[in-house]
Amino acid sequence: MHEWALAESILVAAVEAAEKEKLKLISEIKISIGELQQIEHDIFEFALEEIIKTQGDKMKNVKTIIETEKSTLKCKSCEHTWDFSDMKKKLNEDESEAIHFIPEVAFVHARCPKCGSPDFEIMTGRGVSITSIKGEK
Amino acid sequence: MDARISVIDKRLNNIKRIISVASGKGGVGKSLVASSLALNLSKKGFKVGLLDLDLYGPSSHIILGVKDVFPKEEKGIIPPNVHGINFMSIVYFTEDKPSPFRGVDISNIIIELLAITQWGSLDFLIIDMPPGIGDETLDVIRLIKKSEFLVVSTPSKVALGAVSKLLKILKELKIPIIGVLENMSMTRSSFIKNEIDSMDLSYLGCISFDKNLEESIGKPNKLLETDFMGDLDDLLEGINL
Repeated sequence: MHEWALAESILVAAVEAAEKEKLKLISEIKISIGELQQIEHDIFEFALEEIIKTQGDKMKNVKTIIETEKSTLKCKSCEHTWDFSDMKKKLNEDESEAIHFIPEVAFVHARCPKCGSPDFEIMTGRGVSITSIKGEK
Repeated sequence: MDARISVIDKRLNNIKRIISVASGKGGVGKSLVASSLALNLSKKGFKVGLLDLDLYGPSSHIILGVKDVFPKEEKGIIPPNVHGINFMSIVYFTEDKPSPFRGVDISNIIIELLAITQWGSLDFLIIDMPPGIGDETLDVIRLIKKSEFLVVSTPSKVALGAVSKLLKILKELKIPIIGVLENMSMTRSSFIKNEIDSMDLSYLGCISFDKNLEESIGKPNKLLETDFMGDLDDLLEGINL
């Protein structure tokens, strides 16, 4: 359950951002998760809830909104674009799990479906980021 | 904002010292020095982690004979313990296939690995760096604030040309440099020592070329008994390791 580690990173980053903005209370955190991370949403939400309980009053009533950023992959050789659902059809279970841990190993296990090149780009759909935070000063 | 970067300090918080074994030049024996350093410190009773950040050409797993192990998933990923070393490498996820990564992907891999790896408490984390002063070196400097560098050269002028560039950039950025180790020495020469002295850096000593070393690759117990390890051990004594 490496979702826990990513949920923890969200909350550490949120506290840092709140300190920077001098927020006394955090009321909402909007989170974007790349599709390539293949996060188990139930586990991720559970981890967020559990870690929030340890954060004291600052996040007492915080609402978390989780959005998945769809993936777009683009071949640098032939400019073909595709997404992770196309890619996943050709991956075995181990390859798919490896991408779940480290999304960039997509370059190791997948190729452009049109020309077969490994030289493609992840345009969207990776990483874990905070897109906005709301709170009270 | 990329949230993963914020948690990296926390992940490394219980590690007393982080030593990046680096060189400006490839083929000078960085991985062998990094793996041997990790084995040496572990044998002395320290808790040691080894992170192979040579993402294109990882080789620490070959040196240590790592096979059929995978990190355990628990609030992140826990590196398997191999011959007393908590060992993390991209090979767990690449199945040792070719890894055609571009710069932005390298940075993302390093951020992900550092954000999700649960090292726990360690006396030393040794990082096996790729050659040069590219993405990996810049990311280690950016993301691992307490890293010190142990730099490897060979006796060759060609190696030193690239090594001195790494040393200059580390000095410019005020990154702690433990010193420079001269590997694969075949004749007595003070060339590297003089050059390092002239840069006002520590020359740690030399490791003689060990023609029997290859037989110990993949066999850590044998590696501990090589002349290479003997020379490294003498040299580490000089820096209290």
